[in-house]
Amino acid sequence: MNNIFDFSVATAWLDGVLTGVMPAWAATLVECVLVGVVLLTVYALLALFYIYFERKVCGAFQCRLGPNRVGPLGLLQSFADMFKILIKELIPLNNIDKFLFNLAPYLVIIASFAAFAVLPWGKGLQIIDFNIGIFFLTAVSSIGVLGILLAGWSSNNKFTLIGAMRSGAQMVSYELSIGLSILTVVLLSGTMSVSGLVEGQKDLWFIFQGHIPAVIAFIVYMIAGTAETNRGPFDLPEAESELTAGYHTEYSGLHFGLFYLAEYLNLFIVSGVATLLFFGGWMPLHIPGWEGFNAVMDFIPSTIWFVVKAVALSFIIIWFKWTFPRLRIDQLLAFEWKYLLPINLFNLVLMLIVVAFGLHF
Amino acid sequence: MELSIFGIGSGTTAIVAVLTGVALVVLGMTAAALMGPRSYAPQKSEPYECGIPTRGESMVQFKVGYYLFAILFLMFDVETVFLFPWAVIAKGMGVESIIAVCVFLFVLILGLAYAWRKGALQWK
Repeated sequence: MNNIFDFSVATAWLDGVLTGVMPAWAATLVECVLVGVVLLTVYALLALFYIYFERKVCGAFQCRLGPNRVGPLGLLQSFADMFKILIKELIPLNNIDKFLFNLAPYLVIIASFAAFAVLPWGKGLQIIDFNIGIFFLTAVSSIGVLGILLAGWSSNNKFTLIGAMRSGAQMVSYELSIGLSILTVVLLSGTMSVSGLVEGQKDLWFIFQGHIPAVIAFIVYMIAGTAETNRGPFDLPEAESELTAGYHTEYSGLHFGLFYLAEYLNLFIVSGVATLLFFGGWMPLHIPGWEGFNAVMDFIPSTIWFVVKAVALSFIIIWFKWTFPRLRIDQLLAFEWKYLLPINLFNLVLMLIVVAFGLHF
Repeated sequence: MELSIFGIGSGTTAIVAVLTGVALVVLGMTAAALMGPRSYAPQKSEPYECGIPTRGESMVQFKVGYYLFAILFLMFDVETVFLFPWAVIAKGMGVESIIAVCVFLFVLILGLAYAWRKGALQWK
């Protein structure tokens, strides 16, 4: 196994240094602050990168250049946008429910932060590692829908209310498909802990181990994940041609910016979870029997594996957006309840048969 | 408690993650409030709909179709919660456990079929 890029060596060293110069509780406190600061930085940078990435990909699909003026290749565009949004006015509104209106971004951001920290960032870079890790992730990520519902309700605007209601119906419906896809993989792996899931893919990624049911689960997961992030053909909650901007119509300045950040981060989280479940998390591509190949793959750092796989999957989700036309709300719900859910349940039985009779690799 | 990065318990790091989220919103909103301009105009605080003054109340009772799906979701989500602990140990179980779970799933699918038949999935 590769020990070259094991982050636990670095963190253990830092832990040793810190406990050498200060009492244990202070060292833990410093480490917690360090984790928080790193988390915040990575979160913000990743969201900004995703905004840039989406605009560049969108430009490519529409035969445009995309952002290319601010900085080399337009790389600083999203920094400029974020700074601009920071110095915009926060418009005071008349008839809103102030408490709920201000609470909504907290819920959305907290949900995405907690889910973000569960992701396997690399060998020894696991920030939250419960033994029910993946279950915890689905639990916290469903808090986000509360924030959206509150935002739509408290804005005292008909468009936001419709957007929030659509979003609520859509996100809870598609959460079932996400849950069942995760269940299918848990059935194969026999563990819910994130590090356990990654370790289970040491020899072969789950999408290859579980072959047919795993591939079906992956496809269902990607569709449901696209709906869960309110993107692509499922962007009904903020369908700009019908609802102005959906649930965040009334938000201005950075208030809106926080929703925007969380939305792009959710895109990363969905593809990160897909990476974790089907493509080995930070685990390099290993093929049993190909010793030389496996050794070469081990030379690529684990964090790069994770981020590259996640970004590649996000590219597919962005691709959906520019390929399929937007659905209607009844079509959207019928698609989930009449197609994806039965498929998922039968797929679960299929995976059960595969696992019980040892038909997996 | 499972240990995570730096050997800190996962519960602690989960709290750290939540607090970081709170910190991002608080810091961001404070910075925005300090840096942004402030002005007042009576029209500006109106709800943004389509240019003309808003008519009627916005916080109204809403279409029942959405709630039906929410209730259905609740049922299925609870079933999923039951299935998760089973999925962890299912690998080593025998044929009896497969049959038992298939009965459970059959009841679940029966519920969906009932809702479908009753027209709960139909958008009216």
